[in-house]
Amino acid sequence: MTSRILQVDALARVEGEGALYVKLDGERIEKLEFRIFEPPRFFEALLAGRDAHEAPDITSRICGICPIAYIMSASHAVEAAQGIEVTQEIRDLRRMLYCGEWIQSHVLHAAMLHAPDFLNLHDAMAIAQVEPDLVRTALRLKKLGNSLMEVIGGRAVHPVNTRIGGFYKAPDASAIAALIPELEWGVQAAREVALGFAKFTFPEDEGDYVFVSLTHPDLYPITEGRIMSSAGLDIDITEFPDHFFETHVARSNALHGHMKDGTPYLVGPLARYANNYDRLSEGCKETAEAAGLGRVVSNPFQSILVRMIEVQYAIEDALRLARAYQPFQPSFSDAPLREGQGHGATEAPRGICYHHYSVGADGRIRTAQIVPPTSQNQPQIEVDLTRVVQKFMHLDDDALRWRCEQTIRNYDPCISCATHFLKLTVERD
Amino acid sequence: MTRPKLAVWKFASCDGCQLTLLDCEDELLQLAEVVDIAQFLEATSEIKDGPYDISLVEGSITTPHDAKRIREVRAQSKVLIAIGACATAGGIQALRNFADVGAYTNTVYAHPEYIDALPESAAIADHVAVDGELRGCPVSKQQLIELITATLAARKPHIPTVSQCVECKRAGTACVMVGKGVPCMGPVTQAGCGNLCPKIGRGCYGCFGPVAGANTTALSAQFAELGLDGRQMRDRFRSYAAAAPEFATESAAHD
Repeated sequence: MTSRILQVDALARVEGEGALYVKLDGERIEKLEFRIFEPPRFFEALLAGRDAHEAPDITSRICGICPIAYIMSASHAVEAAQGIEVTQEIRDLRRMLYCGEWIQSHVLHAAMLHAPDFLNLHDAMAIAQVEPDLVRTALRLKKLGNSLMEVIGGRAVHPVNTRIGGFYKAPDASAIAALIPELEWGVQAAREVALGFAKFTFPEDEGDYVFVSLTHPDLYPITEGRIMSSAGLDIDITEFPDHFFETHVARSNALHGHMKDGTPYLVGPLARYANNYDRLSEGCKETAEAAGLGRVVSNPFQSILVRMIEVQYAIEDALRLARAYQPFQPSFSDAPLREGQGHGATEAPRGICYHHYSVGADGRIRTAQIVPPTSQNQPQIEVDLTRVVQKFMHLDDDALRWRCEQTIRNYDPCISCATHFLKLTVERD
Repeated sequence: MTRPKLAVWKFASCDGCQLTLLDCEDELLQLAEVVDIAQFLEATSEIKDGPYDISLVEGSITTPHDAKRIREVRAQSKVLIAIGACATAGGIQALRNFADVGAYTNTVYAHPEYIDALPESAAIADHVAVDGELRGCPVSKQQLIELITATLAARKPHIPTVSQCVECKRAGTACVMVGKGVPCMGPVTQAGCGNLCPKIGRGCYGCFGPVAGANTTALSAQFAELGLDGRQMRDRFRSYAAAAPEFATESAAHD
């Protein structure tokens, strides 16, 4: 039998350092590993003893692509621990800020990191040579997301205006109003990009997923809600650690997430979409239908389309919130220090980002637990890879390696979050 | 004429500084015309061999493997520039320099024997010679563009090395420490962010690292007057630029 080894030592167009190794013995997969070898940074440990008010800023440094996810989950957890209630105005402004992160992160991934896979190109700069308008539109959309983060958060990467209880300063009405024309442009632009991507040829594939996401009675979930699964789970976020677990495996600097019975599950755009389709706007549903998507998308290669639907949604929702915005005082809620513990879970662009803190009477963190989306998805990524290798084994090594890399990029894996990096090795005996 | 080759490298970091390059939405396509992006793993799967004319290095050195890799990057780079708080001052992960890494590993990982880490998170300049640096957690987009432009033109970049206080005064931002009694790291922190925090009534938290000649002792005395205890003072100096010598020394004084 011929043996084949497919190997990617340093996966490109992902955030962080990862690798893939596949060893085939004839038609049998002897070994398949998606490794994360991003150097560990020990966040949970370095948080111990720090002031609980520092948790959002410190944990935002886990990921420069999705700092708001960390800021928000950490803020909610510390606020729960300290008994701080935030006003509806603060919740709305937080949601608008989070929309900015969804827009910039999703557009970065879909247009600049993922789209090249479908065009057999290496990067967005190469796409610009053949489809300059598409790349310009995408960059303008990405800039719109960053503008929301700058106006509300003070800075696009690691915003400074957020704090436990709310914001240092509520933005001026004129600054928010100035975003409205570009948001109005963005709704249609996101739809056009989605429909442009819908023309790609998608490899035929179908995953058998347990979709796990937040869910909210009125809104598509971003900042708050309960946790649900497509298999019938419906729990408060405080019950997350009773149902979801992480294991440390030898090959990886990230922890691997799984459900109580050991099965993998999926978080992120496909899960949110399947679990919350009814909460999308009519405009988003129309775009989905025009892009050929049903109520549930089980082909992971089509996640690029679902991301663009979510971009359209985030722009529509930011527009709604911007139109209703009024500056408010005080800009944050506060409460006296107390001993306690609290949970926080929000929808990072890549899926549920869960935090738990135990805080002492001195306001300092005793223990911290952080579960980022990519470590939850890592076992599911390996299941997808196994299925894809089996299905596309007839391809030559280069084509199969490319298909494997694409399978990983379907997840927009943030390896900086899960620790960070990807390397693909394929061995064929 | 051949275009200069630009490489972007990542070590222990959050990706935020290299993302800042991709966040230059108005300049990115133009940049790709004037330089040959020869190695930028986060943005492109096309990888060209060195040597490289300019290497931008993000992240700190935290593992034996990375200590070896940075030497390889140095050997292939004509100009090597460290970008961001991790690359210039160890980053937030340098908090481990003040603790026992063994204890840290045991806190985070069930099987610490799988983890290979150096005891300290170190700046790039602690391992190899560096030709330039950009401060910040993250770096400023304007400074990044200026640095690349200046390097291509073989001129010195206009990067201010004054304190945050100077930047506030120039911008007409009211002093939060004098006016409101808010503890602020501005007097000892290098300018460059655009006085983002004082502008919104927040004290600077020092993410651009120490300004040359920083009088950290005087600032600690001021913090004490504002009612901060030793631990609070220590933590202010021990955050995003914890391994910068001026901040490391001052934080240790409050241990």
